[in-house]
Amino acid sequence: MKVYADNAATTTISQHALAEMIQYYGGEYENASSLHTQGQAAADALEDARARIAACLHCDARGIYFTSGGSESDNQALIAAAHLGAKKGKRHLISTKIEHHAVLHTLDRLTKEGFEVTLLDVSRDGMVTPEQVEAAIREDTALVSVMFANNEIGTIQPIKEIGQICREHKVLFHTDAVQAAGHVNIDVDDMCIDMLSASAHKFHGPKGTGLLYCKRGIYLEPLICGGAQERGKRAGTENLPAIMGMAAALEDACANMEAYTKRVSGLRDKIILSLSTVPRAFLNGDSVKRLPNNINMCFEGIEGESLLMMLDMYGISASSGSACTSGSLDPSHVLLAIGLPHEIAHGSLRITLSEYTTEEEADYIIEKVPVVVEKLREMSPVWERMMQPQEC
Amino acid sequence: MAMSYSEKVMDHFQNPRNVGKMEDADGIGEVGNAKCGDIMKIYLKIKDDVIEDVKFNTFGCASAIATSSIATELIKGKPLKDALSLTNQAVVEALDGLPPVKIHCSVLAEEAIKAAIKDYYDKNGIAYEADLFKESGCEHCCHNG
Repeated sequence: MKVYADNAATTTISQHALAEMIQYYGGEYENASSLHTQGQAAADALEDARARIAACLHCDARGIYFTSGGSESDNQALIAAAHLGAKKGKRHLISTKIEHHAVLHTLDRLTKEGFEVTLLDVSRDGMVTPEQVEAAIREDTALVSVMFANNEIGTIQPIKEIGQICREHKVLFHTDAVQAAGHVNIDVDDMCIDMLSASAHKFHGPKGTGLLYCKRGIYLEPLICGGAQERGKRAGTENLPAIMGMAAALEDACANMEAYTKRVSGLRDKIILSLSTVPRAFLNGDSVKRLPNNINMCFEGIEGESLLMMLDMYGISASSGSACTSGSLDPSHVLLAIGLPHEIAHGSLRITLSEYTTEEEADYIIEKVPVVVEKLREMSPVWERMMQPQEC
Repeated sequence: MAMSYSEKVMDHFQNPRNVGKMEDADGIGEVGNAKCGDIMKIYLKIKDDVIEDVKFNTFGCASAIATSSIATELIKGKPLKDALSLTNQAVVEALDGLPPVKIHCSVLAEEAIKAAIKDYYDKNGIAYEADLFKESGCEHCCHNG
């Protein structure tokens, strides 16, 4: 049996999104910047996609800029907001320790430009509180950037409350919603979000396409200079087929969200409940305020990469926060930020489901994970030591 | 998997040889640490300066398990002096290569065997030259490979 359980990494494209794309690759291939009739039809399609996406996110369509994906959107949002703040003498940025590297590494670059960055700690469940954000805001704070939902442990942040605090203090608020868009309800206007990043391939759209929402009235500095596409904020001919695919995928995801949430979070909780009966196993991330498709567990005494490789042998594709899977010295920065010691963080397993995950697949995961954990523990000197009676 | 392991590595990971513990081992060597993500423990049964039997337990990635497995095969039935001269390079070659970031696993395997032989020497009061067993810290084994 083949089970794809790495949907936080990427998702399969939906048939609807693919059909939309083929239409715009094959038949309607024109450049939306051309003035002829066919070019104008492409321009109309582009604006139609923008409006449909805006309706899904509950925001002004004129604030949506199409980009190459989540990383570009995060880069542009942070750099633009920082530079805008600097013009007013504001050189302080606030974010969290569990952001995606697209945010953290952009903040590193801004630090080198002279900005001061405060990275907020998170709770054991990976949560940031609105009070923490408020306490960190200073006179010279230019931006608060808090991810909507975490890509590793699935914790959903109190975005609306954080947004309200930022608005009260007149500080720009950006959220990296790459894992949240199409998976949980997002209401940009109601949640006081000034800037938001999303990526199509996380919700059954195509890779290489995403969007940045930037509230009207906030000057958005372009990262890519050139033609006047995207109202001068993002040069380069728009990838219309991919954008049409993204619009179709997001619309479907939002239309089906209630059913998706109910069914997939049911499978999620079934897997969590079952795998929690494995000795010395526990869930990472908040058990309630959690992405419907995310399971992240640690199994003490074993190492994540061998766990993944052995699951792979059984046809299960998953992910881990182990150092060995990243090629770096340390395990996942997210698992360390929630307070796990290195040796336990090495034994993490991330299983991320999708609307296509079946009950049978969930049962197969439930059957195989304990078998693999047991097999690896049998040969683990760390597990052997854990099982020895403790001396008083 | 994204990690490009040779068929030999996958074989030894999926079907590790000589895995287990040994109650009456003559020498036991344990190297690495859980913080770095790899621990290897080697058990030796020695008779007349020959390794009669060997077992291993490993906590670590697929290549850590595979290097432990092949290293035990390379020394089983061999004289101690052969086991002492086993290099990490020989372990890598026996596995048809390792990805660069996994070379440290082969270093651990070499060190685990040496640690087990040292333990045997120490337990039996057998003299050896001090620089035969150089202490190496975590620095070089930890993913610098």
